[in-house]
Amino acid sequence: MSETSAAPLVSIEGLKMYFPIHAGLFRRHVGDIKAVDDISLEIFEGETLGLVGESGCGKSTVGRATLRLYDITAGSITIDGTNTSKINQADLRRFRPRMQMIFQDPQGSLNPRMNVADIVGEPLDEHMSLSRDERLARIHELLDAVGLNRSFANRYPHEFSGGQRQRIGIARALALNPKFIVCDEPISALDVSIQAQVVNLLEDLQKKFGLTYLFISHDLSMVHHIADRVAVMYLGKIVELAPRDQLFNSPLHPYTQALLSAVPEPNPARQNTRVHIVLKGDVPSPSDPPAGCNFCTRCPKAIDICHHLEPQTIEIEPGRFAACHLLESATKVA
Amino acid sequence: MPEKRPAVLDVKDIETVFNTRRGTIHAVNSVSFSLEPGELLGVVGESGSGKSVTMMSLIGLLPTPPARVTGGYVKFDNIDLLKADAQQLRAVRGAKIGFIFQDPMTSLNPVLTIGFQLMEPLRTHMGMKKAAAKKRAVELLDLVGMPDAERRLSDFPHQFSGGMRQRVVIAMALACDPKVLIADEPTTALDVTIQAQILELVKDLRRKLGMAIIWITHDLGVVAGIADRVMVMYGGQIVEQAPVRELFENPQHPYTRALIETVPDIGAERPERLRTVEGQPSILYARPSACSFRTRCAHAFERCGKENPPLLVTDKAHHVACFWDSATGEPRNV
Repeated sequence: MSETSAAPLVSIEGLKMYFPIHAGLFRRHVGDIKAVDDISLEIFEGETLGLVGESGCGKSTVGRATLRLYDITAGSITIDGTNTSKINQADLRRFRPRMQMIFQDPQGSLNPRMNVADIVGEPLDEHMSLSRDERLARIHELLDAVGLNRSFANRYPHEFSGGQRQRIGIARALALNPKFIVCDEPISALDVSIQAQVVNLLEDLQKKFGLTYLFISHDLSMVHHIADRVAVMYLGKIVELAPRDQLFNSPLHPYTQALLSAVPEPNPARQNTRVHIVLKGDVPSPSDPPAGCNFCTRCPKAIDICHHLEPQTIEIEPGRFAACHLLESATKVA
Repeated sequence: MPEKRPAVLDVKDIETVFNTRRGTIHAVNSVSFSLEPGELLGVVGESGSGKSVTMMSLIGLLPTPPARVTGGYVKFDNIDLLKADAQQLRAVRGAKIGFIFQDPMTSLNPVLTIGFQLMEPLRTHMGMKKAAAKKRAVELLDLVGMPDAERRLSDFPHQFSGGMRQRVVIAMALACDPKVLIADEPTTALDVTIQAQILELVKDLRRKLGMAIIWITHDLGVVAGIADRVMVMYGGQIVEQAPVRELFENPQHPYTRALIETVPDIGAERPERLRTVEGQPSILYARPSACSFRTRCAHAFERCGKENPPLLVTDKAHHVACFWDSATGEPRNV
């Protein structure tokens, strides 16, 4: 699907997104929640980059910050040749048609008082000047593309099931022919048999319109299916980034290994042969991350250095990045 | 698995309906099963398949109206729970049958300390004095792997993380040494690494305490890892029931087969497209007079639209409700 030699459509460098904490009588600034703490990644044209991690690791914040739904704390974001990190929100509107988002909760992201035609047509009204007939034709075209019946155009969101609502959200995201779509947990609110329908639809649309996806999910088995490359996040940082098959077949970072071993195995025959790594404890608070490596409090392999020195992200093999002291020493020996 | 011991819970032909403005919805249609001592029974199905409603019907947890259990019996401890009065039910609930709900935040009272909430069942059901109840509460928290148990008794639910809260809820359900534990999607709200911790805990507790468990989930991977026997529900009926390995190796109902196939398997080759089950479950405004899966089934034929298939015993304690024989690919002669 993707060529790694192609130019990156999206490149993010040193992205930081801190949310300030105010406390006390005068609401003084007492600290920050470091939701995203210095991450860099590139997304190539036509590929799907999976972004996985547990809740609270900052994966959704990366998605939202990439589209500049937030004013970022530091770093630069370049989408399709334009550096969007410094542009103010009003001027950003010109660039919005190129980048869109599909949200997790199809119920919450659709206005219950608007019918399907108005929901899907809203981006058209905002960014294009179409005649009434053109607008309706485009809406029908979009409904066809996501597999919804044209006669549904006058119905309201509550009349649809979860899977159909998510299709409406997808049609809206496609309305302006975007190049880049951030899919923020698009399937986690859906039932298993419906999830597969939506994932297949996203793949079909990608082929048809040449879309580039940032696919955010905590469901590793779905990411394994849809992504070309996968980035694993833990507590605001990317701990490992690798092509899909390498990441799933031979994970390098201890967190990735634990995360993969925690995925329930749907085949009881293979159940006993699997190595289970059960992590102790919970994720530390992003307002007060531990010294050294963020993962050192739960890492089964942590050594002395992990508790005071933060590991750098290194390229272990071409295209495979990880941030772990154990891997550093291993590469030095080799 | 132990053979021929009397079942701890015997459920026969249970029927539950909901009266709504649009008509009566038949949520549970003639469900029968029994639970052996020490057994872990997994119940799988999509949302709306009736799996939670069935289990809540057993011990009168559904609000009446709108819900009404219209038929069947539930034999537990030589009484019929459906005919039991409020006082008898109160003696069973929380004491002999424990319940764990999906969301640990909403099943704990936010304004009471977890110590109070843990001691409450001990004092009402077991008649313990305050000091004895406190000692037992500390034991219970130790049992579910809560560090620093004694000090944490005076903490409120919001001071715990999601995984720790679920441990508290499990400790509460275990407080009175129940014979049966009903767990309704207990790990769905948790992250995979925390889910792995809870699954290990439950396996461990079963070995130590030996109660029978009913585990409701939509995640086949979870069931594969912990259940002895699995019941698959669709449209308020049991469509297939078998020991766990048998079910995964030889699924016979088209719905079960589809469920297993739609879950992407990270241990296997990645398919080009995910298998899907087209369409969605229908809402039952009448007692099903035909197979409720027929509209989504690839093998449906004439008879499926005329009769509702009964649960047939094939072999190896394998029960399936389908007129199509998966072994021969032909209609069954029954």
